[in-house]
Amino acid sequence: MDNDRRIRVLLAKVGLDGHDRGLRVVARILRDAGFEVVYAGLRQTPEMIAAAVTEEDVDVVGVSMHNGAHLTLVPAVVHALREAGLDTPVVVGGIVPEVDMPQMKSEGVAAVLGPGASNEEVVATVRAVAEAAAATSSET
Amino acid sequence: MSGRHEWQAEYNSSPLREVPFETMSGVPLEAVYGPDDAEFPGRWPYTRGPYASMYRSRLWTMRQFAGFGTAQDTNGRFKELLRSGGSGLSTAFDMPTLLGRDSDDPLAKGEVGRAGVAVDTQADMETLFSQIDLGSVSTSMTINSAASVIMAMYVGVGDRTGVERSALSGTIQNDILKEYQAQKEYVFPPRPSVRLVTDLVRFATAELPRWHPVSISGYHIREAGSTAVQELAFTLANGFAYVEAALQADLAIDEFAPRLSFFFNAHIDFFEEIAKYRAARRIWAHWMRNRYGATDGRSLQLRFHTQTAGVSLTAQQPEVNMARVAIEALAGVLGGTQSLHTDSYDEALALPTEQAARLALRTQQVIAEESGVVHVADPLGGSWFVESLTDELERQAEEVFSYLLEEGSGSMLDGVIASIDNGWFCAEIADAAYQFQSKIASSRWIQVGVNGYTDGDDHQPPTLYVDPAVEARQLADLAAVKQSRDDEAVRRSMERLRSEAVDPTINLMPALIEAASRYVTVGECMGALESVFGIWLERSFV
Repeated sequence: MDNDRRIRVLLAKVGLDGHDRGLRVVARILRDAGFEVVYAGLRQTPEMIAAAVTEEDVDVVGVSMHNGAHLTLVPAVVHALREAGLDTPVVVGGIVPEVDMPQMKSEGVAAVLGPGASNEEVVATVRAVAEAAAATSSET
Repeated sequence: MSGRHEWQAEYNSSPLREVPFETMSGVPLEAVYGPDDAEFPGRWPYTRGPYASMYRSRLWTMRQFAGFGTAQDTNGRFKELLRSGGSGLSTAFDMPTLLGRDSDDPLAKGEVGRAGVAVDTQADMETLFSQIDLGSVSTSMTINSAASVIMAMYVGVGDRTGVERSALSGTIQNDILKEYQAQKEYVFPPRPSVRLVTDLVRFATAELPRWHPVSISGYHIREAGSTAVQELAFTLANGFAYVEAALQADLAIDEFAPRLSFFFNAHIDFFEEIAKYRAARRIWAHWMRNRYGATDGRSLQLRFHTQTAGVSLTAQQPEVNMARVAIEALAGVLGGTQSLHTDSYDEALALPTEQAARLALRTQQVIAEESGVVHVADPLGGSWFVESLTDELERQAEEVFSYLLEEGSGSMLDGVIASIDNGWFCAEIADAAYQFQSKIASSRWIQVGVNGYTDGDDHQPPTLYVDPAVEARQLADLAAVKQSRDDEAVRRSMERLRSEAVDPTINLMPALIEAASRYVTVGECMGALESVFGIWLERSFV
């Protein structure tokens, strides 16, 4: 990754859930930390996210889940990205029960940020995920 | 006559529960304390409570909100609740139903029956309330965008089972304005949505005298990150907006205002919450009488439901949440709530388990039966601190009302809608949420287990498992209903909806009730309305 280029993060809610408090707070935390935030907002479909990632040249996708549909919707987002030929990493924020963590990882989710994650944790996780992805893509 | 005399007369005519009104050690207690010229509960301006005798006559309703799976699953839970002595049913709908989408809609995938019950057609409502006498229960339905459609189905179930419409009792949330501000479950733009709310208010006023057609809700505004003052001010402003919309539809204030009810959050700052409820009652009384000309006492009395703050719960050391819920519930009771939902301690982790939900209910029962706080109305009234805080919250809320009235050139309805249109509410709430997060980040606010006292987070309680087969069962049921209904009747009903939606003077409820009886789906009804009303998209957030 070009060091001068700021990390671009797309933030979205997938599905019908409207709990956007966390997404909006994270948008400001990341922006304050120097990231470029593309705020896609509510009711995004996996396909809309894949299209926006292509169009906006995004480094990391952040999706926020609060109503128990993560086992269906998160894999759908990862799948839509891969279908579109994108290896953009996906970070999930919100409520994901501990028992679902292994499945999140096996579905290709790069990281999960649970409730109570600190500002530093959010920033460090997104940065690490972006840098790891950049390192992988420059190897290949 | 002094305030005390008027209060005493009303108190004397109130039926009382048969329990000793004394302390644990036997010290007799008065029903309310204060000098003769003080404010009194049940008396203008109702700061100290809507009723003279408060919990001495009747405890608050312990109303726990639940719903899951298919209509059949939830019907089983309802009947169980009624068998064990409950009389109030509270229905949570799944996300697709809340947004007026059918279970076979592509956007419904993964969400069918997950956070509540799935309802696609009146057939599901018939199943949901099967073998339950709608004339003898009180039903609360938490739904907003698709409220009119669901209400039409409920009326339809009553009609089919021979229950008089005048016997239907309950509440439907039907508060669309806070959706644009906070919860974000909107479909149509604000103006036609307010028309749907008003149509339901008109219909209920004419035909459903025991129904509360709107529950004006600050809960979601607070959960989205607002301050207590914003919750208070935005919620009451929305209430005034609905009042103005109903007055514009030629309803008389004292015809509908007694059926309006409120729903507030109980957050963790104990005294601020109590002051908030007291200020809300006083502001409502003043505005209803002085601005809108209400004279019926019931129009002036703000009655409210309370739920403890889901957002105050932590995923870290989740058992600690029981302590938070107890403090918050106590604030609701000391603030004079009419009904209460206590959150389960595991809600920051997943949807609550049955065991966690029972503990939450037990918390209310401890307050009601053991703590002794129910014997005296407004026990904190007269406290210099609480009175001063009540006045201050009222003053700050009035500043917000002045701003909104200016935005609406003297109309609260126009001011609220203009401030939805230009994103003002969302920006105010998001800013407050960010400020709070910054306090936690800088440790100016300590949240136990999160940024302080973090040792001991070694136990994860079991969480609720929702069977993914629910979606398949619901899809099969929907397909069967679509197969057996009269397609021509469905087409005519949708055509009627479209043509009546064009004329804002027509009340849409009769057309919706007709459509429901022909098993037109929720999604089809909403689609017909959408073809006229259009959809709402939030302004992009920068």
